[in-house]
Amino acid sequence: MPDDLMNSYMTGPDETGRFGIFGGRFVSETLMPLILELEAQYEHAKTDPSFWAEMDDLWKNYVGRPSPLYFAERMTEELGGAKIYLKREELNHTGAHKINNVLGQILLARRMGKERIIAETGAGQHGVATATVCAKFGLKCIVYMGATDVERQAPNVFRMKLLGAEVIPVTSGRGTLKDAMNDALRDWVTNVRDTFYCIGTVAGPHPYPAMVRDFQAIIGKETRWQLEEQEGEGRLPDTIVAAVGGGSNAMGLFHPFLDDKSVNIIGVEAGGHGVDDRMEHCASLTGGRPGVLHGNRTYLLQDEDGQILEGHSISAGLDYPGIGPEHSWLHDIGRAKYVSITDTEALEAFQFCCRTEGIIPALESSHALAHVMKIAGDLPKEHIIVINLSGRGDKDIFTVAKHLNVEMKI
Amino acid sequence: MTRIDDTFARLRAEKRKAFVAYMMGGDPDMATSLEIMKGLPGAGVDIIELGLPFTDPMADGPTIQLAGQRALDGGMTMAKVLEMVRAFREGDATTPIVLMGYYNPIYSRGVERFLKDATDAGIDGLIVVDLPPEEDSELCLPAQAAGMNFIRLATPTTDDKRLPAVLTNTSGFVYYVSITGITGSAAAQAGDVAPEVARIKAQTDLPVIVGFGINTPEQAQSIASVADGAVVGSAIVKQIGEGKPVAEVLAFVASLAEGAHKG
Repeated sequence: MPDDLMNSYMTGPDETGRFGIFGGRFVSETLMPLILELEAQYEHAKTDPSFWAEMDDLWKNYVGRPSPLYFAERMTEELGGAKIYLKREELNHTGAHKINNVLGQILLARRMGKERIIAETGAGQHGVATATVCAKFGLKCIVYMGATDVERQAPNVFRMKLLGAEVIPVTSGRGTLKDAMNDALRDWVTNVRDTFYCIGTVAGPHPYPAMVRDFQAIIGKETRWQLEEQEGEGRLPDTIVAAVGGGSNAMGLFHPFLDDKSVNIIGVEAGGHGVDDRMEHCASLTGGRPGVLHGNRTYLLQDEDGQILEGHSISAGLDYPGIGPEHSWLHDIGRAKYVSITDTEALEAFQFCCRTEGIIPALESSHALAHVMKIAGDLPKEHIIVINLSGRGDKDIFTVAKHLNVEMKI
Repeated sequence: MTRIDDTFARLRAEKRKAFVAYMMGGDPDMATSLEIMKGLPGAGVDIIELGLPFTDPMADGPTIQLAGQRALDGGMTMAKVLEMVRAFREGDATTPIVLMGYYNPIYSRGVERFLKDATDAGIDGLIVVDLPPEEDSELCLPAQAAGMNFIRLATPTTDDKRLPAVLTNTSGFVYYVSITGITGSAAAQAGDVAPEVARIKAQTDLPVIVGFGINTPEQAQSIASVADGAVVGSAIVKQIGEGKPVAEVLAFVASLAEGAHKG
């Protein structure tokens, strides 16, 4: 093996689906044959030019890609340091990065002859994206959503229903994203023969973490050429920052830059009420330890007996006790740095972005913005930061209003 | 030879089918749970499957999910499940105990420490739902090396090509999951199960026990008649969940055992 390949961070996972010790295929036997079939189909599609031609066409004409890389001038001025760019994933059709991955998985499902699509959703963005693409292709769509989230993300629930999806509120456990994923897995194991499970993040059994990453990597690939266009040939970002729940928007931005050693990579976890032993946060890397859940080994919020904890975040999309296994690996080997941001800090960043740039960001993305607010002022003006603005915040205005003690009448 | 192997040797000699009963460790509380467990052999149970509670039981239906939640809410832990097993073993040295659950609580304790503690307590076999053959190096191989049986699930989606991989490191018995689905689902039909059991038996000498979707003595009899035995879980757990007195639960178990033994 040539030296440069040996030193590459981009070759994972191995044939057992592992990034270091993380990842794997921890699922029941009923699902195993299907997972192996999915892996084979994906391996085939990955190198099939007609698959990517179809993706490119849909990305361009249906999603509206490439999403702009936007120089946030007033934000940069106000923070008084590094030059800040926003990767505008919130401008995609359906308002977030989620659709990048959904299109890829639905094309695969069609190739596999599956006509029933199931998905889990937290904030509802992945559910909306899945319902959208299913409507476009005339596929049956069932979305599992925690009952708590159904309540706090009502506009997205209505959107999914308009798009023809059936939304099933999940009451088991505490009714959040983790429980929605459990029930989606229960559905899958029951209807394994005709059903495709469209996972929304870079987690789950192999090949999902790698497959979802590959579909989201369009974010980082575009960022690379777009920055060169604006800053000159060969100019790389100095720092790239993204919010991390399961971690798909972050992995999509990070992956194409993993081997560019000069690029600082920062993932921002949901610190909720603060990362301490009250465990009222969703910072799996900064406040959890390795375990096995939902098909993969990764950092998890858990008690000393290996029981999974619920965590807390103001943002439904980050409210998950785990994280994609590749992030766990990048964290352990030190290639990426992971920090946390509290609910309060995210709320401040949300308002700051509205005020300085005329962009209402998702609460998820506001976590990434909040970290940049902390570091940008101390960095030189020629230092370039790219933030993944993974979603728009229209869905969050009710939550934000509540926290700002504003009463909204609808 | 483990207690499981001994039990099947005895059943073969007696020309009887096996009855396996599942219960959740610590449901509704540890004392009641232990009392039920101690009564199972007398009710005709040949092998006890003891559930290890977990917050996220992805292969289980609502009945067993709720049982796990009750146990956890009552303060049940891995240590207390092992304590239950030790207490049971004080009065019963022969009935095999298979611990059934999910990998994370075991991984969290550390595989080596878990195997030592579980063996010392008197556990004979393991069924870990989220460990397929692809992950054998995690727990299956260390468990076999520690003298414990590792019982694998075979399912309707396990085709002939895959079956050898599923059987390779299995010991004790093969647990055939009669339906694609979660525990406590619709009834399995003996007519569908019989050819599947035959298909598995063509490739292994291990006993094949059938579970999932068996709720009545009649079903236990008809399924056992086409296999080496039957497992009932959710139907028993449901009675415990309804707060039935221990004697009533055990009487129901005895009726199931009688059905399976007739099979």
